[in-house]
Amino acid sequence: MRRKQTILTLAVFLLIFFFSGQRGQSTGPESRVLPTGMALIPGGIYKPPFRTATGPDEIPIRAFCLDIYPVTNEQFLEFVRAHPRWRRSQVRSVAADASYLKQWSGDLHFDEEIRNAPVTFVSYYAAKAYARWRDKRLPGTAEWEYAAAASPKRVDGANDEKFQKQILAWYSSPSPKALPDVGSGKPNIWGVHDLHGLVWEWTGNFYAALGNTGLNEAFCGAASKDATDRSNYPAFMRFGFRSSLKENYTVHNLGFRCAKDFEE
Amino acid sequence: MKNKKQTTGVGKAISLAAMTVLTAQILAADSPATTNNRLVDPTVTGEEVAVLTQAPNVPPPIKRSHATKVIVTLEVQEVIKRLSDGVEYLFWTFGGEVPGSFIRIREGDQVEFHLNNHPSSKMPHNIDLHAVTGPGGGAASSFTAPGHSSQFSFKALNPGLYVYHCATAPVGMHVANGMYGLILVDPKEGLPPVDREYYVMQGEFYTAGKFGEEGLQSFDLNKAVDERPAYVVFNGAVNSLVGENALKANVGERVRLYVGNGGPNLISSFHVIGEIFDTVYQEAGSLPSQHNVQTTLVPAGGATIVEFKVEVPGTYVLVDHSLFRAFNKGALGMLKVDGAPDLLAYSGKEVDAVYLGRQAGPGSASEKKVEQLRAARQEAISSNPQIAGLTREIQIEKGKGVFLQTCFVCHQSNGEGIPGQIPPLAKSDYLMADKTRSIRAVLQGQSGEIVVNGKKYNGIMTPLNYLTDQDIANVLTYVRNSFGNQGDAVTPDEVRLIRSETPVPSSSSSQYE
Repeated sequence: MRRKQTILTLAVFLLIFFFSGQRGQSTGPESRVLPTGMALIPGGIYKPPFRTATGPDEIPIRAFCLDIYPVTNEQFLEFVRAHPRWRRSQVRSVAADASYLKQWSGDLHFDEEIRNAPVTFVSYYAAKAYARWRDKRLPGTAEWEYAAAASPKRVDGANDEKFQKQILAWYSSPSPKALPDVGSGKPNIWGVHDLHGLVWEWTGNFYAALGNTGLNEAFCGAASKDATDRSNYPAFMRFGFRSSLKENYTVHNLGFRCAKDFEE
Repeated sequence: MKNKKQTTGVGKAISLAAMTVLTAQILAADSPATTNNRLVDPTVTGEEVAVLTQAPNVPPPIKRSHATKVIVTLEVQEVIKRLSDGVEYLFWTFGGEVPGSFIRIREGDQVEFHLNNHPSSKMPHNIDLHAVTGPGGGAASSFTAPGHSSQFSFKALNPGLYVYHCATAPVGMHVANGMYGLILVDPKEGLPPVDREYYVMQGEFYTAGKFGEEGLQSFDLNKAVDERPAYVVFNGAVNSLVGENALKANVGERVRLYVGNGGPNLISSFHVIGEIFDTVYQEAGSLPSQHNVQTTLVPAGGATIVEFKVEVPGTYVLVDHSLFRAFNKGALGMLKVDGAPDLLAYSGKEVDAVYLGRQAGPGSASEKKVEQLRAARQEAISSNPQIAGLTREIQIEKGKGVFLQTCFVCHQSNGEGIPGQIPPLAKSDYLMADKTRSIRAVLQGQSGEIVVNGKKYNGIMTPLNYLTDQDIANVLTYVRNSFGNQGDAVTPDEVRLIRSETPVPSSSSSQYE
């Protein structure tokens, strides 16, 4: 099963690679190995939904690996066991605000039913520390957006009305009392689950998420001034959400997943 | 975590410079530190917490003669509520309701604004108050993640009625989900006193389902972009100002409506059916810009103030006079005015008669034929005991129609009357004690002191002799068998008998019988 998926993603990668013809040096894809639990996101071009005076219209994305699922409470517990300073009772307020891991019943305990639900109420610093511990990193905003643009059937789901509607529907539904387990949704074309419809996710450079666009400055209709894709409301909402955050914030529906450079 | 940075000093230049630094810090977002940036305003004395109200209520006028520091706290909540019967929607709200809480402050006040975003929210939110002078109207300083809180301060430099709304991208969607309300900055000298003030705010909703389609409806982006709402409503839901929830006033009172329009797209043609606005503060500016206005525009993201004196009792319907919105999308509310009728201002219906056009006159062959048929039908009815037994029921049904055209204005549709002014018909000892007396009251009017159910009344009921004998018989049969009363029918013959006892000048009744 795993092998099948790997072959499939590699095949897709090859295809993109072939058509984009951007990479100078060619290395045999056979020599590349995917870490467990991660999917390959082939390189490509990410176009931000809005543009700035100085920001680029297009951002090249190098191939990278992305966790198939958001990090779960169970996985985060392993990290907290290994690093006591990230336990609820010990974490410093500059590293995580007062609601850090609020859904847990204690430093190392939570209800069985949220074991496989995505971990939330984690700060940016906590997410970053977890990633480092796993020898990974947080995905960049452009990487995350590029991976999340893919619908189950298309690399770029921006014009897939049904896909966009499904994403929007999440905002029109109330927050559930308990988050469902990871993996309950369909995978996208790269085999990645839950980029939409489960939780918001931290990105490595969320604070620069808007480049220097200052979308948080450009309120009201002004925000559309620099928009290159005015219909991509879900993207606007994600950028809006990210720009409301600070590094030590924790939120009930904000989790994360890890990324890793794709090495030969 | 709390890294308070107390800045002291006065003067706007310093304040602006400090704000710029603060904004730069927030935008850089490199440090999670909370920064407090407070300056002391020498013109402000004291401190108070703002009184907030939910629509249609308005906080009382501000009596203070000096500026003060006012603390306003609004909580953003994303809540499922009723949009129409059987229809629910996930509203994004300021204070749990659409429209958001009404905020009232005074010109010159220093406002310390706290915006709390409920921990269960999915979205970050902020607030742009059109009453704030400064880039973004407070939006940049109030941008708040779920489960967090922001604070900023502003001085109410300009008096007037202003819209506030969420300005988080994508703004249209935040507004379309209900994130708007009104803030009133009372001028230093105050607004002219009135008897009633109400808060009415229009907004439209773009649901995936059609108007009335039941269940939890989701936001439809395409409809919003095309400006094709399924709902256009006052105060956040269909019928939020109807029936029990209607606005209320008494005859003779001056009413002021603070009318806002959240939009996000449509301009309202605001109109109150049966009223003329004595004064309109167009676009809610400071000057009473017009008198005697029928319909006034309320721009999306704008407001207007209308004032009028209510002279005639009855129900007045508030509409967006872009009429398909009123009749098909919900843009309709009610103002119920109680009190004694002023028949000079408005007579009520004076004549209700069959109009045959220029057709056959009396005595013509066709008229005789009609008479013959009528007589034949009458005979068939009276010879059939089953149908004859229904006469009273038919009279009650027809009498109800007469009542709802003629009598309900004073006696109310539930027959309860108006305490102290109009005696009740409901379970009325006076009414039921004497059938002849009630026929006479309808025909000849009623005046002088009477005692009904132990309470004294001393009003005047005008003669209703323009009603036909049949109509009077029907309506009396109706009231004698409604509102908890039980009695026998009144026949047209009984009415005719009493009508004949006093010569009634120029009755219009006979020719139509």
